[in-house]
Amino acid sequence: MAQPVSRESIEKEPRTRRADKAVASVCPYCAVGCSQLVYVRDKRIIDIEGNPASPINEGTLCPKGASTFQYVVNPNRVTTVRYRAPYSDHWEDRPLEWAMDRIATLIKETRDATFVERTAEGKLVNQTTAIATLGGATMDIEENYLIKKLFSGGLGVVSIENQARI
Amino acid sequence: MGSNMAENHPVGYRWPMKAREKGATIIHVDPRFTRTSATANLYVPIRSGSDIAFLGGLINYVLTHDQWFKEYVLAYTNASTIVSGDYVDAEDNGGLFSGYDPQSGSYDNASWSYAGPPHGPARDETLQHPRCVFQILKRHYARYTPEMVERVCGSPKELFLQVAEVLTKNSGRERTSAICYAVGWTQQSYGAQIIRAAGILQLLLGNIGRPGGGIMALRGHASIQGSTDVPTLFDLLPGYLPHPAVIRGDDTLEQYMRESLVRGGYWSNLPKFVVSLLRAWYGDEARKENEYGYQWIPKLTGDHSHVSTSAAMADGKVKGFVVFGQNPANGSPHAGLQRKALTQLDWMVALDLYETETAAFWYAAPEGWKPADIKTEVFLVPTAGPGEKEGTFTNTQRLLQYHDKAVDPPGDARSDLWFLYHLGRRLKELYLESANPHDQGLRNLTWDYLPERPDPEYRIQDEPSAEKVLMEVNGYTVADHERIPGFERLKDDGSTACGVWIYSGVFPAPGQNLARRRNRTPGNYVDPEWGFAWPGNRRILYNRASADPAGKPWSERKKYVWWDAGAGSWTGLDVPDFPLGKAPDTPAKGQGTGMDLHSGSDPFTLKADGRGWLFAPSGLKDGPLPTHYEPLESPLSNDLYPRQDSPVAKRFRRTDNPISPPGDPQYPYIVTTYRVTEQYTSGSMSRWNSWLSELMPEMFAEISPELAAEKGIENLDWVVVSTPRNQIECKALVTRRVRPFRHNGNLIHEVGLPYHWGYKGLVTGAMANDLVALSEEPNVYIQEDKALTCNLRKGRLR
Repeated sequence: MAQPVSRESIEKEPRTRRADKAVASVCPYCAVGCSQLVYVRDKRIIDIEGNPASPINEGTLCPKGASTFQYVVNPNRVTTVRYRAPYSDHWEDRPLEWAMDRIATLIKETRDATFVERTAEGKLVNQTTAIATLGGATMDIEENYLIKKLFSGGLGVVSIENQARI
Repeated sequence: MGSNMAENHPVGYRWPMKAREKGATIIHVDPRFTRTSATANLYVPIRSGSDIAFLGGLINYVLTHDQWFKEYVLAYTNASTIVSGDYVDAEDNGGLFSGYDPQSGSYDNASWSYAGPPHGPARDETLQHPRCVFQILKRHYARYTPEMVERVCGSPKELFLQVAEVLTKNSGRERTSAICYAVGWTQQSYGAQIIRAAGILQLLLGNIGRPGGGIMALRGHASIQGSTDVPTLFDLLPGYLPHPAVIRGDDTLEQYMRESLVRGGYWSNLPKFVVSLLRAWYGDEARKENEYGYQWIPKLTGDHSHVSTSAAMADGKVKGFVVFGQNPANGSPHAGLQRKALTQLDWMVALDLYETETAAFWYAAPEGWKPADIKTEVFLVPTAGPGEKEGTFTNTQRLLQYHDKAVDPPGDARSDLWFLYHLGRRLKELYLESANPHDQGLRNLTWDYLPERPDPEYRIQDEPSAEKVLMEVNGYTVADHERIPGFERLKDDGSTACGVWIYSGVFPAPGQNLARRRNRTPGNYVDPEWGFAWPGNRRILYNRASADPAGKPWSERKKYVWWDAGAGSWTGLDVPDFPLGKAPDTPAKGQGTGMDLHSGSDPFTLKADGRGWLFAPSGLKDGPLPTHYEPLESPLSNDLYPRQDSPVAKRFRRTDNPISPPGDPQYPYIVTTYRVTEQYTSGSMSRWNSWLSELMPEMFAEISPELAAEKGIENLDWVVVSTPRNQIECKALVTRRVRPFRHNGNLIHEVGLPYHWGYKGLVTGAMANDLVALSEEPNVYIQEDKALTCNLRKGRLR
């Protein structure tokens, strides 16, 4: 005999069913590469679930992967540039364009002040060791490519490193 | 070994579990009894830091019990190759190989080379010559007996022998075994040698290049493989090309490319890869007359690794620091020194979704500094998360998977691609008028990544196109900007451009982004149409070795890639990792370059001699054969050699980086670090998440009931864990998952510390990395944090 079921239960459905679209993504945590589906409704992410089509995870996710939704949709996220002036005791919100200009200026100033064209022995090295970058093992390869291209091939920075070294 | 796959790669671990259901045996060798141990058929405890002794014991077992795969080893490895008469093994020299210079603490590897000319080394196919690799190997590991394994590793002899029996029975024509590892191996002062030891074992058993075999690096981050390949590492250019360095004498492009002459096999194509890279970076300004812009690439003048740079930063030698989604203030070794280093900067840019410990060091660090004393100008730039940008991740199996954009990131948050593109654009404007020769690289950098038509669906209209970057990564012909189908088409005459040669083929034509493919292939378990695996969509590297020397599968059961004589071609379930039309009986040419020097049965195409290296005549800075040393900090002295620890690991002898001497009574316990399933590295991707924070809220030190009893500690008591660098307080977690080891009748205790906590986030706690020393493995510059020594007491810091 069928169990008694309330009207409310009958009408309940997963919120993913009413999504406008489901976009193919990849879990941002470990390197197994589980496929995810990002569900969007009214231009907002409403859920992130495992992709059942994937030969890697067949729809499953681990506790971290299953919480990807909260990694993205989270009131604690920083959404403005936060700036701390030298010796200041507080953050200030600053416009993005101002920060980009200021960062570019600082990079140029430091690079110009510390650039080494030749070593004491006269070897051409075209480098600076006074600027360093760290990161991108959870970033896209396109982003890593531009880090290396800009900072090494463009600016002469040698200490370009990431989590793979740690 | 060196991995807790069930807890740290849980979804990947579904597959070993499924294999177990079908009869496979899972063995877990680990200092802690984890969930991987609980789900394995056989758990074997091992003292942290003794992995080479264990693997050396297995190698010795395979050799002395005559269990090696003879046809495979003879044909596919360098077992028969004769080594130079100048070579002296560590067995005969107190734990040091020939060529060691105690002054510089480094090796000259000249005496490790093969006897005979580089491309025609002398061989003894009977394996009887006393200087052939096989005999050297036998002598080197002869003392790695089951009794020695028990003594050094604390692994019971009976369990060790069970491992040896399972592995040997499960390898050969009909069967293969795989070895999985993670940072449990790499974060040791001889990490690369541990992996080498696994390589030797797998070659002897015939488990490389075959389905179900191999050595799997279980890497910890979504695209950590990609950031190694592309790379954001100081000593590499894209695709594992060495970064030009003064010490290598890379003064000119020609001198840099001489490397290709000594690297036989496929690496002989290096000039094509580097010239195409320079063409991709500097466009039409990369010309033959100016060495294709080679001099615009900076040259290395030493060790510029993360650990070395941190030390230089702490000394005030680094002025500016850009941190992309990373958190050295609690995630890097000697975190206290890392935080101090940040106070010495003029400026720092941290890009992240959340306020990390690194961004907040100036007011929130446990040192309690006054912000008014810290000069560093700090920017926290908000970035985009999953679903808020498109781009490619490369997973731990070299699989490229493209992810699409679903929504705009909130507020002023932008993708790192946006940041990099618009920063580069601004810098190019700032240097627009410069005539300075060393600014011309930046001025000439190709930088055209805005889309032809921005997607009107999105608010952010100046987002660069990730696919345009991927197209450059793939490569194209310069004359007509037609994309190339793969790296075989690259040229060294400047007519092709390619950003990352090993990724070539990922985007061979407009609309064919193969990393974006999501197709299943029924009947082919490697699913060749799901994403794109580098190189050239090969799912198993060196898969020529899955067939016998004549090109036939070793067995029907392990059929994978084979020679189709009728078609005159290699074929199979995967893209053959071998010249397609090169017949198995093709003899090696005595002269010429590259692949001509290999025969049709030399599967290891990237090696100069086409063979798998049991003995490594070059390429490693710490010896041609893995040798047991103790960690830099150890309660024990080396049972096998007078030499205590790695002779070439870097120690950073500085007053703020003291390292305990062997057997230091002040720090008698081993300490190892690890992860838990519900948190993620330094916590910046998990401790702002209420679900994960609730599941795993608090830092702890995991200790055995025996150590707890000795110290009068109850479960959940506060304890202080100390090393000469720092001390931290946390709760004790007393479990039987951590067990003491016996050595010469003494109990050796081990302490386990997760390292996810810090001083920002919804849940906070002590930082295990405060205890870790600065140190570097000599080949890959990784710190040792899987085996240190510590002390521990009941109570609180204050």
